Amino acid sequence: MIKRVAVIVTLLLVAAIFSDLLLNYTEQPVLGRLGEYYAAKGPSELGAANLVTSVIVTYRGLDTLGEVTVLFISAAGVGLLLRRRRDEADSRETRPAASEIVQTAAQLLIPMVFLFGIYVFINGHLTPGGGFQGGAIIASGIMLLVLSQPLAALSHRVIGMTESLSGFTYVVVGVLGIVLAGGFLDNRIMALGRFGTLFSAGAIPIIYILIGLKVGAELGSVLDRFRSAAGGQSR
Amino acid sequence: MTGIPISSYALATGLALILIGLWGMLTRKNIIRMIIGFALVDTGIHMVMVSIGYVTGGTAPIIDAAVPASEAVHRVVDPLPSALVLTAIVIGLGVTAVMLSFAVRIYRTRNSLSIDDCAESKW
Repeated sequence: MIKRVAVIVTLLLVAAIFSDLLLNYTEQPVLGRLGEYYAAKGPSELGAANLVTSVIVTYRGLDTLGEVTVLFISAAGVGLLLRRRRDEADSRETRPAASEIVQTAAQLLIPMVFLFGIYVFINGHLTPGGGFQGGAIIASGIMLLVLSQPLAALSHRVIGMTESLSGFTYVVVGVLGIVLAGGFLDNRIMALGRFGTLFSAGAIPIIYILIGLKVGAELGSVLDRFRSAAGGQSR
Repeated sequence: MTGIPISSYALATGLALILIGLWGMLTRKNIIRMIIGFALVDTGIHMVMVSIGYVTGGTAPIIDAAVPASEAVHRVVDPLPSALVLTAIVIGLGVTAVMLSFAVRIYRTRNSLSIDDCAESKW
């Protein structure tokens, strides 16, 4: 009883904090000063058609490097928490194979899912999308592979190499920005190219390809950890 | 312009999601459901942030034939909250993955997902 009252009081207090935000909310008629700067200067300074991309990859590129680091640490943490002890059996061995329909559909779809993911992160500076979204799509392809072939072993070596090489190259590109352009992760180390085409916006496509590969590899390894851990309780 | 602006619906939905998620985290006993509550709070915060970045009549902040660069300042929504939310989604995903792997560990050692079976650190 006391617990229920405490829960209700907590929720009411939190709602009271939010009520001010909701009741006095008015839509802003024009952009704020920072948003206005990004919208006005972004296209000519960085050459990226997608303003969100120019904010993520260049103006706040250091945040994104931190974000990639957090994702790496969480993938490593999942790997550490879900590692098997030697006496624990791999639960994959007891799992029945997926049906013929799922396997055939997966064979047809997986290349297309991968291709779409690659399309999304290569065009991140032009269209809605980018490295994280493309990486998530690639990881969903890996999920489909894992579902259709429970016994298939993903090569941890390939995943690890992709992940660490793309992370390393990302930092190298960032440091090149200090040497060749205005600062860390500056995208103007390469020619900006013609606005709105695939080869434009300097280093942004390269950085997004690296992020896409890294995120895809990390999420894929997280999925693989959960697959081999599920149901594998100690006996 | 009369009536309630469109973004306040998104704002109200986001705030409601935060409260529902908090309620779920406080009342549920099953660890997986508590994690779902956390994910709801996370999604609610993202909706609140995106709706605050909305500018009346604005469109997606992407420069193309429909939105030329010269008009961008007056026609797009704020790109900054979108960028921050993108970061927050990825961080939320990482945190959820770690929480779920803790849940797997707890299930392995105790054969139960109820929070009542983890009462050692209860005050």
